[in-house]
Parts: sequence; structure tokens; C-alpha cells
Amino acid sequence: MKRIVLWVPLFAFAVFLAVVASGLYAPADRNIESQLIGQPVPEFDLPPALTGRPGLSSAALRGGDPHLINIFASWCLPCRVEAPQLAELSRRGIPVDGIAVRDRAEDLSGFLASYGDPFRSIGADNDRRVQLTLGSAGVPETFVVDGRGVIRHQHIGAITPQDMVAIIAAYEAAR
Amino acid sequence: MIAEAGLGALWLAAALSLLQLVLGTAALRPGGGADPNPLLRAVRPVAVAQGVLAALSFLALIWLFLRTDLSVALVAANSHSAKPWLYKFAGAWGNHEGSMLLWVTVLAVAGGAVALFERRLRQDTLIATLAAQAAIALGFYAFLLVASNPFTRLSPVPVEGNGLNPLLQDPGLSFHPPTLYFGYVGISVAFSFAVGALITRDVGPAFARAMRPWVLAAWIFLTLGITAGSYWAYYELGWGGWWFWDPVENASLMPWLAATALLHSVTVLATRAGLRAWTIMLAVVAFSMSMIGTFLVRSGILTSVHAFAVDPLRGAFILVLLALYIGGALTLFGLRVHTVKEGSTFEIVSREAALVINNLLLSVILGLVFIGTLYPLVTQAMGEEISVGPPYFNRVAGPIALALVAVMGAGPLLRWRRDDWRELVRRYAAPVLISAAALLLLVLFAPGIGILPLLGLTIAPAIAAASVAPLWRRNLRRTPFFVWGMVIAHLGIAVSLAGMASESAFTKETLIAASPGQTTHVGPFSVRFDSVNPIAGPNWTAIEARLTVRRGDGAAFALAPQARMFSSPPTPTSEAAIRTVWDGQLYVAIGEEDEQGRWQLRLWWKPLVTLIWVGGAMIAFGGLLALLGRVRRARRGQPQEVLT
Amino acid sequence: MRALIAAIAVAAAAPALADSLLPPAHYANTQLADPRQEREAKALMETIRCLVCQGQAVADSDAEMAGDMRALIRRRIEAGERPEEIRAWLISRYGPWVSYTPPLEPATWLLWAAPVLLIAAGLWLARGRFRHRRKG
Repeated sequence: MKRIVLWVPLFAFAVFLAVVASGLYAPADRNIESQLIGQPVPEFDLPPALTGRPGLSSAALRGGDPHLINIFASWCLPCRVEAPQLAELSRRGIPVDGIAVRDRAEDLSGFLASYGDPFRSIGADNDRRVQLTLGSAGVPETFVVDGRGVIRHQHIGAITPQDMVAIIAAYEAAR
Repeated sequence: MIAEAGLGALWLAAALSLLQLVLGTAALRPGGGADPNPLLRAVRPVAVAQGVLAALSFLALIWLFLRTDLSVALVAANSHSAKPWLYKFAGAWGNHEGSMLLWVTVLAVAGGAVALFERRLRQDTLIATLAAQAAIALGFYAFLLVASNPFTRLSPVPVEGNGLNPLLQDPGLSFHPPTLYFGYVGISVAFSFAVGALITRDVGPAFARAMRPWVLAAWIFLTLGITAGSYWAYYELGWGGWWFWDPVENASLMPWLAATALLHSVTVLATRAGLRAWTIMLAVVAFSMSMIGTFLVRSGILTSVHAFAVDPLRGAFILVLLALYIGGALTLFGLRVHTVKEGSTFEIVSREAALVINNLLLSVILGLVFIGTLYPLVTQAMGEEISVGPPYFNRVAGPIALALVAVMGAGPLLRWRRDDWRELVRRYAAPVLISAAALLLLVLFAPGIGILPLLGLTIAPAIAAASVAPLWRRNLRRTPFFVWGMVIAHLGIAVSLAGMASESAFTKETLIAASPGQTTHVGPFSVRFDSVNPIAGPNWTAIEARLTVRRGDGAAFALAPQARMFSSPPTPTSEAAIRTVWDGQLYVAIGEEDEQGRWQLRLWWKPLVTLIWVGGAMIAFGGLLALLGRVRRARRGQPQEVLT
Repeated sequence: MRALIAAIAVAAAAPALADSLLPPAHYANTQLADPRQEREAKALMETIRCLVCQGQAVADSDAEMAGDMRALIRRRIEAGERPEEIRAWLISRYGPWVSYTPPLEPATWLLWAAPVLLIAAGLWLARGRFRHRRKG
């Protein structure tokens, strides 16, 4: 057997070490991001989740000014954590629309009564159709959509006070 | 007190392994091993003592779990006083630190066993082997003591523990990890033998004969462990799947593939003095795969349902150990193996050639599983996240595995060194005819099954026939055990293949939302959903469905699948109800209730599925027979080889 | 003590985080009426990765979102879409990660070429082993 061949296994092992070390030192972001950032919002039309408030449709997002779409649910615990931040965003004049995933009207109104209600409209997404259409993989998530209906930014997880700067900046950029 | 004793025993064992390494190295220096030397004679007892101490440490941990000693952090995090005692016992290894202690214990005990029982190996190679084993143990003792101490105390002592993951509270799961570890870590002995033989330049037939029983023993456990794990996943997870190509499953399969190739390679070395470099390389690869698997499972680098508590820092520690041990062994290989005398060459139609092809195909499958499992990391480094799962593995490994099984059927029918291809065709004719007949029947009566299951079902009966062919015209009572072992193990592969192909081709599934009183069908069974009742166990509550099942006009029998909720930690599980009949299994699971009060039922009829694990058990049993045969022959001083 | 409280809180919170109070979608756990369509749907479900699980296909998962993904797949197959179209749609939303079949692209050529490369390497290694029978 040629001498050089004998060193191939060691070389292959070195490649393995390099691959694995890179995985260890730059660990994967376990969040699954939507691939639709930079693309127009897909067509959808959700019925209202609560009486007396409109549902949400993609047409409403092309009205000319940017919106925040918050995907949430009353059974989602981190959604409670981000409620103050959403209220603050709404207070600043940023339009916040909601998509309630798999929620019942009574649970939803209870949640809004307890934790605040920043939503101008809430669409009911009871089979996650729209959540999957948008490329969202869990709750809560927030999208920034500009006036022409193009998705500009995605925030995965609850919005903490530290995230506010980035969200507001994304909203401003979308104007 | 016991915890401190356990920790103390562990430290002592680590110190002894250092001593073993030092003594072994000293004894191997030129002039150090020539005369009967106290150093030489000390290495063996030190290795045995190390094994005993590590075992005592592990027993201490078991004791702490059985007594639910909540002052020990590990027990508090993983156990609960209300658990049944079997799961307190198994909970000892149902977590990272405990299983790592088991890992190190098996390593130490395996080394001790070699020191105690190995009589045929040349003295200096044995010393080198024990020194290598000690070097490996040292690194893992360090890992355990520094980064994964199982015996740390918790203060203040909590009132109750967190409980064991309910998926692990199962008799099958109590059995699976230790069995797997005896194999997975036991193959370290082969690694140490290989390193020892490279150091003392003792790679030859005598070395192979000495190494073979150790490889067999580890391989038997590995086979059993994987088979048990597969069956456990099948009945516990509630969806009827038995292999998922999950990274941790692959981590146990890769050492098995390497060990299987090694098993065959070591026989060629023992009988024909050939394949020396291959044998050494496979021995190094097998345990390297075990260590890499240990790394993958515990570093969090790959997502898996099996992964232990994720800790990149621990991962980095193990990675350093891997670099040392595998890098060291491969460097030694590169430096030394060209000095190993090669054996005689052989014809392209010969048993050696078939074994070379066998090694080749096994190594290719091993390489594919390795590349597929790690490839997501490669693309991740390039910035893209992908998933590599069953579609890839089944498509690439499946056909190669089928080719391998076909060669496995031909191998035992060939003579050593030189055979005639016309002779082979003559001997292989009957199996080929069986294949053709099976293919015809399947095409006529079962159109529409996939190509891989079709090939599997065609090849399996033929290879089953070919496996027993070596017994043809033999005096069965005078046939050596190792021939019986080979026959049964190969037959087991064919049986397992038949099970896998049948499950893939013929499974019938019915998913239904049923109301009490409703009858549904799956395969040849009619199933009446009678009632749903709440029921409670020692640490769980459940909804149990009662079903009355009939097969055609046969007698009715009852099945009772459950949807359980465990109390600590609160976790839902599905306890499927399985009815095993001669030609397959009826598998029933219950899900959730919908808004109309109907219950979700999942029903599967899986023809011949039990053959998968029966085959696995046969493979292990064949290995056991071969091992017994070899050991008996060695004790009686009989020749190891009978030219079959 | 703090660790214990945190642990209990996590244990209590975890199931509530995961699932809603609504029952599963209709097609999450019910088969399509046409057996051929159901086979196609099943085959696709076994190769789509569950978004919220630790490495499971949507066909094998108890997670509620996996059920919704199964329902989506079945609805679309029933409506006449081909499995590959549905897979492409999901990949357009979540990237290649969501499919257990690795994509065929420059980054993965090594992966797909591996079988051929490995067999070729093995044959090349083994070529020196055999003694050739002399002709005549």
C-alpha cells in the first residue's frame, strides 16, 4: 500500500475536527427564521377573532403605512411577558395588528383584559394556516411589514425592553 | 457518606489508571520487558483493581438512587421518591453524569477483564494494550471528575426530586443503555489491542486469534443494545416507527458497522494472515466512532430527541480527548503499519475476496452514515441550515446494504484463497432461483410496493437459504460452534431484512376519530371501540380505551391503549396496545378527544414486523455461539480453524 | 432552593407553552378518503421536519403544530397539489431545513456524490489485494 494513503484517515479526521469545532464555537441559531423577509406578504384573509374588531387580511397591509403583525395566543406564556412592550409600541403610534393562533374568543378577551390590548385588528388563525404561510414557527413572533406589503423584519420570541430599539428602528426603516 | 465513598473510589481508579499507564510505558522500554520484571507483573493487578474501583463507584451511585438520597444533586434532578424501584435504579444512568460514569466503568472493567483473562497475547503486546486502555481511561476520568461529577452534593436538601423523564420509565429502557454501553465502550478493547500491536509490531494471526473473542463479546452487546433500542422506540413512541436515522441512533450504528467489518477482518487475519492493515484500521475506527458518538450526544452540536443536557463546554473537553486519542492512534497507524508484513494474496473469486468486498461495503455504509449525520454542520459553516434524514439515508445506504446482504450469502459458499466462479454459480443457483420465484410472486400479487422493499423481500428468502447452505451435508453434531454461529447470525440478517421490507411494503394504517360503539377496520382486523375510562398508576393518570378486536371470524380479544400523563415531571406519553400474532402485530394508540366527543385512534397492521427484532436477537445469538465455540476451543487447546 | 423553584416553574410552564385549548385540526389525525392520495400525503409527511420538535418528522410527532402541518399537507393533496409542490412551498417559507431530503445544490454535491466517491475509493484501495490469474 502506498505510504501516502496511510495518512488519509488522519487527514479525514482533521477535517472532521475542523467541521465539528466550527459547529461548537459558532453554535447554530436554533430559531427557524422565515424566508419571506424582503418579499411581499402572501395573500390571506382572516376572520375577526373578536366581535367588534376587524380581522386581518393581506390587502389591509398594503394601505400605505407600515404595520407590526404580532402572532400570539392567550395560551402562550411569553406573550404575557411582551404585552407591556406592545402597549408601548402602540402608544407611540405604531399600528399593531394581531394574529391569534388557535384561540377561543372567551380566552382571548380574558387575555386582553388581563394583559392589555394594543391591537387594532385581530385575525383568527385557528388552524395555523396563516402562521405557516408567513414562515412563522412559533409564538410569539412579530413581523414588520411596510406600506407596500413587503415583509421587512422578523422578531422571534417575546419583545423584551432591550429589543424595543431594534423593533422601532425596523419600523422606521420600513416607512 | 456513600457519595463521598463513590467519589473517592473514582479518584482512586483514576490514580490507578495513571499508574497503569506509567508502569506499562516503563515496562515497554527497551530492556524493561526482557526479563521477568516486577513492573510487568504489576500492570495486570493494577488494571484489575482499577476495574473493581470504578465498579464500586458506580454501585455507590446506584445505591444513592435506590435510596433517593436527595442531598446528591444528580438524584434530586433526576429521581423522585414515588418512582417504582426499577426506575430509580435505571434513573442512575438516565442522565449525562450517571451515564458517563457507566461509560467509564465499562471502560475500566473491560480493561480489568483483559488483564484477568487474556492468556494468549504476547506479553509485551498485552502490556501495551493495557497501557493504551489506561491512557483512554485517564482522559475520561478527568472529564468525569472535572466536568461531570455525579456525586456533587446539594444544599439545602430539597424536599422532593424532579423525577425521571417519563419516556425513560420503562423496563425496556432500563435494559437498553447498559447493554449498549457494554458493546459501545467494550469495543475500546479492540482499539487498545490495535494500538498495542502497532506499538510492539505484533500484528499477526496469533494476535488476531487473541483479539477475536473480545471483539465478538463487544459486538454481541452492541447488536443487542441497538435491537433493544429499536424495539423500545417502536412500542414507546406511539407511531410504529423503528428507526429514524436520528444522529444518536446513527452514533450507535456506526460502531456496529465498523465492529461487524472488524469481526470478519480479524478472522481473515487469524486464518489467512491477510488484511492486517485493514484489521488494525477497523479496530481503531470502531472505538473512534464510539467516542465520536459520545461527543455528538453530549455536546449539543446536533439536534436529537436523544440528546442529553446540552453543554458546549463539555463538548469541547471531549473534543480535545478525541483529538488526542484518535489523532494519536491514526498517527501511530501512519507511522507503523507499513512495517507490518502483508499476508498472501488471493484470487478475485475466493472467500477472502468476498470478505474484502464485505469490509468495503460496510465501510462505505459507515462513511455514508457519518457524512450524512455531520453534513448539516458543514452547510451550517457555509451559512445554510439543512436537514439530512431518512430520504437520504434510505436512498443511499439501502441499495448498498442490499448488495452487502447478497455478498453475505455468497461468502460462506466460497473456498479460501482460490475458488472457481463456475463453482460459485452452481452453489448459488438455488438461492437465485428462490429470489426469482419470490420476485415473480411479489410482482403478481403485490404490485405497487416500493423498489427497495421489493428488492429486500426478493433477496431475503434467497439469503436465508444461502445462510444455512454451509450446514448442507455436514454432520451436524460434529459441526463446530463457530460455524453454527455464522449460520445463525447470517440467517438473522436475512430474517431481519425480511421484517424490514415487509413492514415497509405491507403496513396498513387507519386513523379515525371514533365514538364509543363505532367499529373500524385495519388489515384483516375489525376493531370495535367500546369505552374510554380514566385510570391511575403509581405516578401517572391516564385515559384508557377498551377495544374489542376480531380477525375475520376468529375469537375476539381486547386491547387497551392509554394516553398517560405523568406527574413529575408533567409529561404526556402514549402507551400503545400491541397484539402479536404469528404473522405480524396489530398496533393501536389513542390520541386526543375532539370537540364532538370522538377519540382519535391510530391503528396499524404490520405484517412480519417482529422479524426485525427476532432477526437482531438471532444475530446476537449467533455471535454468542461463535464466542462460546472459540473460547471452548482455546481452553481445550484445539485448533481454532477448521477449513470449512 | 432557587434552582428547585425554577425547575418546578419550568416544569409547570412547559406544557402550557406548547399547546392550545382547541382540539386538533380535522386532517391532523384523519386519513384522506382516496387511498392513493393518502399514500402520497403520508410519504410527504414522513419527510417534512416538525418545526417545534427535537428532530422528528411531522408524521411521527405528537406536537400540536405537527398536527397542523399534517392537516395542511392533507388538505393540499386533496385539492390536487403534487407533493413536490407542497414541499417547495414549505421550503419557500422555512428554508431547506424543513425538508428531510437534502437539497440538490452546489453546497450539497459532496453529500450526494458520497456513495459513488466512497465506492470508487474503496475499489481503488482494494485493487492491490488481488492476485491475477495468469492467462493460458
